[in-house]
Amino acid sequence: MKRLFCFLALMVAVILVGCGKPDFSDAEKKTIALLALNTLPSLKPDTTNRFADVPAAAALGSTLFFDLGMSRDGTVSCSTCHKIDRQFQDDLPQAVGVGHTNRRTMPLAGVARDPWFFWDGRRDSLWAQALTPLENPLEQAGNRTAYAHYIKARFGERYERIFGPLPDFAGIPLNASPLGNDAERAAWNAMSDAQRDAINRVYANIGKAIAAFERSIEPAQTRFDRFALDLATGAEPKSDAVFTREEILGLKLFIGKANCVTCHNGPRFTDNGFHNTGVPPVTDLPPDRGRVDAVAQVEADPFNCFGAYRDGDVSACGELRFMVKDGPQLIRAYKTPSLRGVATRPPYMHAGQFSSLDEVVAHYAKAAPSVEGTTEIHPLQLSDRERAALVAFLKTLSE
Amino acid sequence: MLGKQAFLRHSVFPQAGGTRSTRPSVIRRRGTGLASIWRYLLAGLGLAALLVGVLAVVYLTAPQSAQMVGPDVSRTKKTDNGLYMASFVPERGVVRQGELESWLLTLKTKTGASVERAAIAISGGMPQHNHGLPTSPQVTDYLGDGRYRIEGLKFTMSGWWQLRFAISSGAGSDTVLFNVVL
Ligand SMILES: [Cu+2]
Repeated sequence: MKRLFCFLALMVAVILVGCGKPDFSDAEKKTIALLALNTLPSLKPDTTNRFADVPAAAALGSTLFFDLGMSRDGTVSCSTCHKIDRQFQDDLPQAVGVGHTNRRTMPLAGVARDPWFFWDGRRDSLWAQALTPLENPLEQAGNRTAYAHYIKARFGERYERIFGPLPDFAGIPLNASPLGNDAERAAWNAMSDAQRDAINRVYANIGKAIAAFERSIEPAQTRFDRFALDLATGAEPKSDAVFTREEILGLKLFIGKANCVTCHNGPRFTDNGFHNTGVPPVTDLPPDRGRVDAVAQVEADPFNCFGAYRDGDVSACGELRFMVKDGPQLIRAYKTPSLRGVATRPPYMHAGQFSSLDEVVAHYAKAAPSVEGTTEIHPLQLSDRERAALVAFLKTLSE
Repeated sequence: MLGKQAFLRHSVFPQAGGTRSTRPSVIRRRGTGLASIWRYLLAGLGLAALLVGVLAVVYLTAPQSAQMVGPDVSRTKKTDNGLYMASFVPERGVVRQGELESWLLTLKTKTGASVERAAIAISGGMPQHNHGLPTSPQVTDYLGDGRYRIEGLKFTMSGWWQLRFAISSGAGSDTVLFNVVL
């Protein structure tokens, strides 16, 4: 009697293990294949930055990226927050430069593929993005003419080999910027148009060099990619490409019932769009309305794609040209972040609101209303087992 | 996962003898002492073979039955009040998710004449996701023969998209909706 039960149980177990080989529908297989890193196309040229693929520019950009001299008080570089050994982020809920900012540092893998930069998309190119923290008083806190003077003094020869002659610095104030303090703004306004343009050009080239460096930061293959490749080719998964039952459940939920793949799609797990997902504000931080306030900022940026410092022709400016400029859906909408490497870089969301992936999954299952605007997320019934499975799957994107 | 549960619930027991009483009846007979363990092993193997067979059938038929009927995705249709025939096709022939694309909207009158100098407003979104378009596509060029180039379309997700055109010309104002499924 007991042996019979044992035997039947064994048979059922054998059969179940037999189909423990993932049983995905054709539609699921198609979706999974589209998430795999091998479908990531090669990086397109950036015609707005003619130095984007110039090795000497990338080398100078790399120097500048790690150079503490690129800040008001010599203590902050790009790499202060974009830490090279931490996926180019800083593990903090909000970045800390010269001051305490109100946004989470974004990791940089694959950043050159983004159409929009920062959580709210207030810049439209990687080189225009790189310029923004340089003058933000809470980040690198420098000013435009000070950076130009610094480049001439410290990297003049390297700069000129790449970008051509530096301008005449006679009469250029040591500290001046359209975005600085009162004295810096007054000094900037006292400069001639030609001087301002010459300094802006040096400044834009700093961004173009840093962007050329950042283009080399690309996502790495993960366990998920090895699993997906085996699934697509029908090969028997080997060693760490074998998914556990829980990871398979998590993947099925991710592309199915939990609807994560709606926004987290493609080989970078992002639709590059902006969405209100009801993420709560952080008390004590200034009001933050996301995309809706970024539209005017990117339009006003002199370094945007329509501006005088773009290389190449205006046909590269489609994203800016066809940008959604208003509408309630922009309120508290933030960029869909890539999920590659996500498990090893808490906290999450645009101001580090959630300290674990469990909290993130709980937030999306609950779908609480947004404090302003309307969340696009709908409530979802997920068992504890399903929540854990989703997190287990997300971890395969970090291994 | 759901699939496996369904196999067990619907397939195994009916195939193996009609109802859930199969196993209890086997067990009762063992109580009479007539059967050796080998008979049960054989029964078990038979059960397993049947299960494998049923699994195979379900495997082969499941994908087809999971398909649902989608919206009308025809690329040419009459506008809502019948004023125009409109056709809407990607300029390069293929639709690529996540990239800015240009499409061609061709407008003819009922009599087949090309519609020129039409004012065209574009809106849309994803009805199942309750969101609008991620970009603001616009008519950027008139190519002659009633053909208008629409640039700045971007399908950022797979699924059902809707594009509405409000068209007005000398022939009158009308609207048309195209479905695009990625
Ligand atoms: Cu959608």
